[in-house]
Amino acid sequence: MSLKTEISFRLNGRAVSVTIPVTMKTLTMLREVLGMTGTKYACGEGECGACTIRLDGRTVNSCLMYAVDCDGRELVTIEGLKTENALHPMQQSFVDHGAIQCGFCMPGMIMQADYLAQNNPELSCEDLRRGLEGNVCRCTGYTKVLDAVTAVVEARR
Amino acid sequence: MNRKSSDTPIEKTTLIGKRVRKPDAPDKATGKTRYINDMVLPQMLIGKILHAGRPHAEIVSIDVSAAEKLPGVHCVLTGKDAEGLRFGFVRDNVALKNRVRCEHDEIAAVAAETEEIADRAMALITVEYRDLPGVFTPEDGREKDAPQIHDDFPDNKSLHFEFRHGDLAAAEAASEIIVDNVFRVHHVTHCCMGTSCAIADFDSNGKLTIWSQTQYPYNYKMDLAPALGMHPGDIRVMQPPVGGAFGSKLDVYPYEPIAALLAKKTGRPVKVMFSREEEFRSSPTRQPAVIHMRTGCTRNGTLTFRSADVLLDNGAYTSWGPTIPVVMMRTTTGHYRVPVVHFNAQAIYTNNPYAGSFRGYGNVQTTYATAQQMDMLAEQLDMDPIDFHLKNAQQSGETTPQQAFLRECALDECLRTAAQASDYSAKHRRYTLAREQQGRYKKGIGLASSIHNAGGAKIHKSDGCGTILKVDDYARVTVITGASEIGQGIDAVINLIVAEELGIPLEHVTIVNDDSDIAPWDVGVHASRTTFIAGNGARRAAVKARQQILNAAARMTEIAAQDLDLRGGFVVREDCGTKVIKLEKLLRRMHFQPEPELVMVTDYYEPNSEPEGADHRSDHSAAYSHAVHVAEITVDTHTGEIRVDRITSAQDVGRVINRMGLEGQIEGGIAIGLGYALSEEMQLEKGMLKNPCFRDYKVLTAPEMPELDLHFIESNCAEGPYGAKGASELPTIVIAPAIANAVYNATGIRFFNPPLTPEKVARAIWDRQQTETGPSADR
Repeated sequence: MSLKTEISFRLNGRAVSVTIPVTMKTLTMLREVLGMTGTKYACGEGECGACTIRLDGRTVNSCLMYAVDCDGRELVTIEGLKTENALHPMQQSFVDHGAIQCGFCMPGMIMQADYLAQNNPELSCEDLRRGLEGNVCRCTGYTKVLDAVTAVVEARR
Repeated sequence: MNRKSSDTPIEKTTLIGKRVRKPDAPDKATGKTRYINDMVLPQMLIGKILHAGRPHAEIVSIDVSAAEKLPGVHCVLTGKDAEGLRFGFVRDNVALKNRVRCEHDEIAAVAAETEEIADRAMALITVEYRDLPGVFTPEDGREKDAPQIHDDFPDNKSLHFEFRHGDLAAAEAASEIIVDNVFRVHHVTHCCMGTSCAIADFDSNGKLTIWSQTQYPYNYKMDLAPALGMHPGDIRVMQPPVGGAFGSKLDVYPYEPIAALLAKKTGRPVKVMFSREEEFRSSPTRQPAVIHMRTGCTRNGTLTFRSADVLLDNGAYTSWGPTIPVVMMRTTTGHYRVPVVHFNAQAIYTNNPYAGSFRGYGNVQTTYATAQQMDMLAEQLDMDPIDFHLKNAQQSGETTPQQAFLRECALDECLRTAAQASDYSAKHRRYTLAREQQGRYKKGIGLASSIHNAGGAKIHKSDGCGTILKVDDYARVTVITGASEIGQGIDAVINLIVAEELGIPLEHVTIVNDDSDIAPWDVGVHASRTTFIAGNGARRAAVKARQQILNAAARMTEIAAQDLDLRGGFVVREDCGTKVIKLEKLLRRMHFQPEPELVMVTDYYEPNSEPEGADHRSDHSAAYSHAVHVAEITVDTHTGEIRVDRITSAQDVGRVINRMGLEGQIEGGIAIGLGYALSEEMQLEKGMLKNPCFRDYKVLTAPEMPELDLHFIESNCAEGPYGAKGASELPTIVIAPAIANAVYNATGIRFFNPPLTPEKVARAIWDRQQTETGPSADR
């Protein structure tokens, strides 16, 4: 069995301490140790973006990152965007624009879209397309995803 | 004096054609949806499969003793545990094999307490193989001395299809122009974002519950049963949310009976879930084929005949892939008015991965050929392609040689709309002239069209769908439908239809369709049938409930039922909208009266189509539809890169039901078609996949998605719900030949073998520059 270690970090605003094998990836810890299944496994190789989460404000592919590297840091997953009473504006916009079909890629897509919109108020269409290049969707053809993000960016201007 | 708001009359409105949200979207957006991949059951074990990793071999010996002894391993199964349990379209497959016929063949399976233990157990299994010479193309498989893949399928012959109509020799003699080409279409795969997954569990009475991604739950029982030696009636199919399907879940694949065999042996629930690499290697593909097509016409541009000789690379086993000729011949015979048609298709076993069903189902492959030959003929005739298409376009009331009756045909309007919106003819002329000029970047425009069944396809004995609808004391409606939801949005369509008929808010409709013990029969999500068939079923059930409610209201109010309507949660007067009684109040009165009644109705909708017979002459769909795509592209003649600038789409959708969902289906369908045309290809070397990852298998991403201009043509199908036709496959079908025709318009080079990758395009341009002998031959 792998060597285990205890780590502590903040997950969606709450303090968490877990003991995990040092070889475990962040995605596996979220899904299998913490039961946070909103973040998806779809490739495990950092090529599809379905496992995208926020780490200290930046987006990362959680399938590539060792869980031990979460120690002392701030994680936000798709479950952390919604408030008690309402969907996050990016989530709501995806719903309203019909950007969700099977929805499996959407947790990662929404995390990345929110990061792009938050960090670049002048986000152009080209920036947005480039910024979502690492998030694969097989259902939608991206058109409604782009509409959904653009609507949020424009509403914030 | 102000009237009280509760007295305000309610105007008649309609939801048909409006933009309606998918009811499951908020949970999907927040990560709350529990997909099958997320599911964990108490005591659940993890199942893992050992794949052969070689294309063709005998198994000399297999030793699982070390794996069995590993702590945490509950069982190890091999070929002897599945002996005789043949399944599949022609019963040529078993869940675990004693001989290897393709790279991903399942040799052993482990159930263990964790994934890590299962992986370690797999590494402890030793297998000694004796490799055999393989067959990797259908042409090689036909050779006299070719290695035989199945003992009981001589000459490697799998399925064969034939259709003949008219005198081909006479039609050829009467043709002044004939085009004759060989198209080779490639292996691609579905790339569902949620990898393949099944969870199986037996109860103590021997009944199996299987949580599955299937998109055809009722036939699935029938197909799964022989792989387990069970009666189909002892299988319960649960359908949790899935991460895409696109046709890939229209059959039973070995991992599903393997999960069940492991569950049976261990007495515990077992989950088998693929890694992405396994998904690429072991899930179905689109059917590759070699299509030799000939089309003829007269000097004045009237089509005279079409013939197609098709050789299918069956792969190692027969799933739905080799049955695609049923659709291929419909397009060969029905894509424009073709008086004489010969179609012949033979599937040949190879040691390649095997094809299943994939959105477009044979029509993607055939239309790649037919639509390019239409373009070639127009050029040889020196006719504007649009005029050539219009001259041969079928009209409402015509019947194809296969007896498909085109009741409402809008091909004409689709052609005119797409051509006009894209300024096709002027651009086509301009780019043709610009071809000879200097310049690195060349623009091109290409048009393609096709026909597809749009009212189901009666390839089974039944093409029906059952619906049970109940209205409770609070006017909340539950619709129990056979139709499966795989992300395509039948949930929103049924919500809309039921809310429309019963005058209630969309949010007051709940759909139950995830349990085969509850929901009634349906054929499955295929053939662009679900909005048409399940939509009709939901509408008919809702109309029955509506009538029961209005009759009860009439008895209580002494207003005739036909003078009443349901709007905004009220029974109102039909003429002025004045409220008569709140719907939920009426329902409670109906329930709690001396002669109580509940509103619960059933419906079984079977479309009026004819079964696809052995002679392939039948009106097998209740509706047919056409789509026309115009692709505008820019080719970088130095690098061979194709940028798709704009797609104009005109499609006969019958009538728009949920506009937002329909747009989503067309947009997504175009994206899958663009991947097929431009970048996606399973690179197989002697049956071994060389690119089992998204890095090397290029699906379309956001930057490559072109601007889309969608036009919905509403032909108002008499049999369809509110006039609607099925719509989801045509956008995938028509895109690749539109791109290929545009590339020809830009460069003068024909591409017969998709995908049109930069390497292939640059190479063709380079070769032509070297030879300078005009349009190039087969690529």
